Amino acid sequence: MTSVLHAPAAAPAAAPTPATPAAPAGGHLRVRGLSKSYGTLEVLRGVDLEVRPGEVTVILGPSGSGKSTLLRLVNHLERPDHGFAALDGEVIGYARRRAGWGARRREVLRELTERDVLRQRTRIGFVFQNFHLFPHLTALENVVEAPVSAQGRPRAEVEAEARALLARVGLADKADARPRQLSGGQQQRVAIARALAVKPALLLFDEPTSALDPELVGEVLGVIRDLAHDGTTLVVVTHEIGFARDVADTVVFMDDGRVVEKGPAAQVLGSPAHPRTRAFLDKVR
Amino acid sequence: MSAATTAPAPAPAPGEPGAGADRHALADLPVVPARHPGRWVATAAVAVLLAMVASSLLTNPQWEWDVVSEYLTWPSVLEGVWATVRLTAVAAVIGFGLGTVLALMRLSRSPLLQSVSWAYSWVFRSVPLILQLLLWYNLAYLYPQLSLGIPFGPEWLTVDTLDVVDKFGAAVLGLGLSQAAYSAEIVRAGILGVDQGQHEAAAALGIPRGRQQWRIVLPQAMRTVVPTSVNEIIGLLKGTSVVYVLAYGELFYTVGVIYGRNQRVVPLLLVAAIWYLLLTTVLTVAQYYLERYYARGALRTLPPTPLQRVRWTVAVAAARVAGRPLPADLPPTFLAGARRGHLTRTDRTDRTAPSTAARTTERTGGNR
Repeated sequence: MTSVLHAPAAAPAAAPTPATPAAPAGGHLRVRGLSKSYGTLEVLRGVDLEVRPGEVTVILGPSGSGKSTLLRLVNHLERPDHGFAALDGEVIGYARRRAGWGARRREVLRELTERDVLRQRTRIGFVFQNFHLFPHLTALENVVEAPVSAQGRPRAEVEAEARALLARVGLADKADARPRQLSGGQQQRVAIARALAVKPALLLFDEPTSALDPELVGEVLGVIRDLAHDGTTLVVVTHEIGFARDVADTVVFMDDGRVVEKGPAAQVLGSPAHPRTRAFLDKVR
Repeated sequence: MSAATTAPAPAPAPGEPGAGADRHALADLPVVPARHPGRWVATAAVAVLLAMVASSLLTNPQWEWDVVSEYLTWPSVLEGVWATVRLTAVAAVIGFGLGTVLALMRLSRSPLLQSVSWAYSWVFRSVPLILQLLLWYNLAYLYPQLSLGIPFGPEWLTVDTLDVVDKFGAAVLGLGLSQAAYSAEIVRAGILGVDQGQHEAAAALGIPRGRQQWRIVLPQAMRTVVPTSVNEIIGLLKGTSVVYVLAYGELFYTVGVIYGRNQRVVPLLLVAAIWYLLLTTVLTVAQYYLERYYARGALRTLPPTPLQRVRWTVAVAAARVAGRPLPADLPPTFLAGARRGHLTRTDRTDRTAPSTAARTTERTGGNR
């Protein structure tokens, strides 16, 4: 499945000036009944969510409402207790199989091995709140690592693309800098380039600007805004209401592990139906 | 401004410059270093002690330096040194190779792998090294022959144990296997010290598991692993002297044989001591550069190497002696340190240097 996705984009790498990598077709994310508890603490209580290809969904909500956990369950960094997430019909972390004998033979979701989950994750980019760049590698090496080692693509081709990606996030001159030599905003932009390098069908942002100084927030949001315009499916957890209003197709408001309200950005932010949403928006503004 | 703020005070304390008029005169006074009489006394005392040690080393004929220098490069001593180096190198490779595997086993999710790794460390840390060496040397008593084949099945290759586990083999096995028990803990601590986010980021990118460890986690773990490891390797280097119980011709056993013959015990022990000192020095230098290499991700700018520091210090000293301005091609951080030194003639070389200006403002700032 991944190979089909990458085949067309791999071809023009030999061109003298590598064009900005073509945006891959956005994936279709479907989340059904996701639940997760840590001990007795119920973090998610049956979340349903649908993000159509190329759509931008912003998830808002107070801290502890389960937003980050939802993202981590979608790319299977953690195992859900119930429910599943599927990208373009492919269930993440499980495979549909028939198991059992005789009368007890039935359809099951067989847990995938770590190896297969890792392969699925190359279709899902993840941008962390604290960047988590690899500090001992340069910006370029950070971006090149996954396409080469996880997708087995030729290094030369990947490097050309990686430079183009770094240029796209405005860091063409920082290719050889190590993360510690970059500002927070620059680090997060490298992290976005790194997530884009595997040409994901879906990009997840977990509070991408929460660890940044106020004056650096704009540069990162600017990069995400550009991505929103060229067709990648995005799910962004953030507290930036202004960004949500400008960029989001759908805004989802979560509280206490549940989706309280979802709808078009203008509707949810302009005239929220649920009192909890209204209270939150009043406080944030 | 200064006058206005100090006005309400009745009068400046004696010795404290307060009036605004003094400020400019003050800026032109020469700066004289602070006095440290205690430091001078301590330095003198240590210098006397050093002189006593040096004089006794030179004047006491019992040291027999001529014998030391004769045997320092004696062929069999050099062979012993080489044997020690080989033992250390092979045992370190076995120790840290196996140690890394044991550390990964201990961190794996399989309970069996975890307990085997734990039990290994338990056994090999509990039994004295000298006893282990003798046990390995007597392996042939337990298993006269070693074979390669399918477990509980046919055997393809059979060799006499004594051919494989000779003195060197027994020494390397004993040193390496016991070292592995210690290195496992060091590597495990290093891996645990790497931020959990690094594992997650690697997993989120879909990087294969082996590659995650090798490319992402271990290089970062090395920063904490290297200092303790070099410590261990230095211990191993000296630990090879225990191998004398197998009558293997490493450095310590060799000098023992020589002084057994010619009765020059102290000079020959000195020969061995000097060689151990030299070898440890090499390891210490290697440690510095290894640490510097693995600090790449952790520091914004790497500290200068000792060579660079020597070169810069010489350049600064030459400039001072000649009364020339400080060389311009030195890194700013180093230059700042050099300017602060009280011997620097910034006042004579360039009066308008930023450092002079900075010092002036600092001084007037203190008066406000």
